Amino acid sequence: MRITQGTFSYLPDFTYEQIREQVQYCLDNDWPVSIEYTDDPHPRNVYWEMWGLPMFEAKDAAAVMLEVNGCRKAHPHLYVRISGYDRRLGRQTTAISFLVQRPPHEPGFRLARQEGADRQIRYTTLSYATDRPSGERYGPDRT
Amino acid sequence: MAGKSSSNGKSRWSAGVTPYAEMGYWEPDYEPKPTDILCAFRFVPQEGVEAIEAAAAIAGESSTATWTVVWTDRLTAHEHYQAKCYRVVPVPGTDQFICYIAYDLDLFEEGSIANLTSSIIGNVFGFKALKSLRLEDMRIPPHYTKTFQGPAHGIVMEREYLNKYGRPLLGATTKPKLGLSARIYGRVVYEALKGGLDFVKDDENINSQPFMRWRDRFLFCMEAVNKAQAATGEIKGHYLNVTAGTMEDMYERAEFAKEIGSVIVMIDLTIGYTAIQSMAKWCRKHGVILHLHRAGHSTYTRQKTHGVSFRVISKWMRLAGVDHIHAGTVVGKLEGDPATTKGYYQTLRDDKVAADPSLGLYFEQDWASMPAVMPVASGGIHAGQMHQLLHLLGEDVVLQFGGGTIGHPDGIADGATANRVAVEAMIQARNAGRDYLNEGPEILAAAAKWSPSLRKALEIWKDITFNFESTDVPDAVVTPTV
Repeated sequence: MRITQGTFSYLPDFTYEQIREQVQYCLDNDWPVSIEYTDDPHPRNVYWEMWGLPMFEAKDAAAVMLEVNGCRKAHPHLYVRISGYDRRLGRQTTAISFLVQRPPHEPGFRLARQEGADRQIRYTTLSYATDRPSGERYGPDRT
Repeated sequence: MAGKSSSNGKSRWSAGVTPYAEMGYWEPDYEPKPTDILCAFRFVPQEGVEAIEAAAAIAGESSTATWTVVWTDRLTAHEHYQAKCYRVVPVPGTDQFICYIAYDLDLFEEGSIANLTSSIIGNVFGFKALKSLRLEDMRIPPHYTKTFQGPAHGIVMEREYLNKYGRPLLGATTKPKLGLSARIYGRVVYEALKGGLDFVKDDENINSQPFMRWRDRFLFCMEAVNKAQAATGEIKGHYLNVTAGTMEDMYERAEFAKEIGSVIVMIDLTIGYTAIQSMAKWCRKHGVILHLHRAGHSTYTRQKTHGVSFRVISKWMRLAGVDHIHAGTVVGKLEGDPATTKGYYQTLRDDKVAADPSLGLYFEQDWASMPAVMPVASGGIHAGQMHQLLHLLGEDVVLQFGGGTIGHPDGIADGATANRVAVEAMIQARNAGRDYLNEGPEILAAAAKWSPSLRKALEIWKDITFNFESTDVPDAVVTPTV
């Protein structure tokens, strides 16, 4: 499967140049860019690991792209996303957030149904990958 | 004022009928206070009634006055409580006038739309001396705004709940709106969410009818929502309509929706202002997003010579505390002039809104950091209009493609995918600096090359437009710049 979180998951994976354009758009809007990665793609996993601090000083997308590539190189089998943050009064929240790397194989999610009284069902979404310990979920060490 | 005489030499307090304009309801020198609630009314006086007298009567009848002098006025600080009409202007080329009226804050109960509206639109619309009356706009000062809860969550919190940023949200209303059994209804929900929509929605008149009772619908819809969530790894929702005959029934349905894990519930405008405020309070308390369908509004918002403008309804609903409200599409099948609609969207989303006659905004409006309401664009829109929709409505909006999803020749999931591909392609192009409005058709055509779902959608709906003249348009005509 292909998880569809993020602003652009229904488009083909972005090229270097396409990512750079979107980063430049963030910088032009004065949105500091953050890079995060995870091996737990549950839709309600909010806090991915931060690849350094938000890049408050970056003015040029090329500088951000160096960091993007650094993160991808360090974690070639994990999800990596880029977010632009809008600190303006009344927003103070994420303005855009999109994936720039996926694991080569995305096993997806199991839907657990706990059947209760009165036909009610408690649903839980479980990632197949997180059945394994962190660090062994994606990539070659996963056999 | 106590000793003031009227035009016929009659004292303000002589028994009998005195013109409203001479009883303190017309004060051309009045400087509105920052705490006043201001209203702009459009009216047509009856033959033989002076515009100023008619305007003063509107001020009087929407505040303290009755038709005749009453000595009991003298037992109050009546100058304080009387609404004051301070300006009357003719609308060029018509028999209409706009009057501006200031109301002291003390006239209104804190945090009550019911009280506010019982005063301002309570009796006056039936007043015989007027041929017609319409409440065009209202300035609500922060002193009053701060007595309301406001949106249960607002746009920022909604996006953080849903983990969806940087693009319009996508929805669809389940069709046919009436007659499906609960099980099949849930099928439509599942297909649309799996295909790429963020939300599916009950229609306004789906409540609990013999063909589908509410509890059955809720259970099947949540099966669909959870299954789609697992299939995509993305948070999904279905607006479960909890509209019912009594508050007790609505609370029961909302409690059940919350218990089975719905992120959102829905109500109709027809339930009334107090019920809306109650549901907003409930939604804030329970972390459930509140969607409002504006069912019935056109009966009083559409005609320029009668009723209440939708920009006023928008303000009342932001105060009342809904998170979503249907606010027009411009390009779809329902009424919506572009400038007027832009005015509604600003009113719902911005914190400080400037007066702008070209958008139908008569007053500035300071929301004093009250969270924003997400406008919903629904009714006769499709993927081929994505560049226009993004240009006209912006990013903080739910675009609802009902027919434009469910009517796709390859099925509902393909219809959903077409819409999602179209919106993402358009956002990508905009952010990359392209002139997406003019190049929209090419941007869509390029995406359709690799997306068969979008290709089919563009083919089937390519020529569908709804170009009819709007009824409700601003008076001010902006001279186009060359």
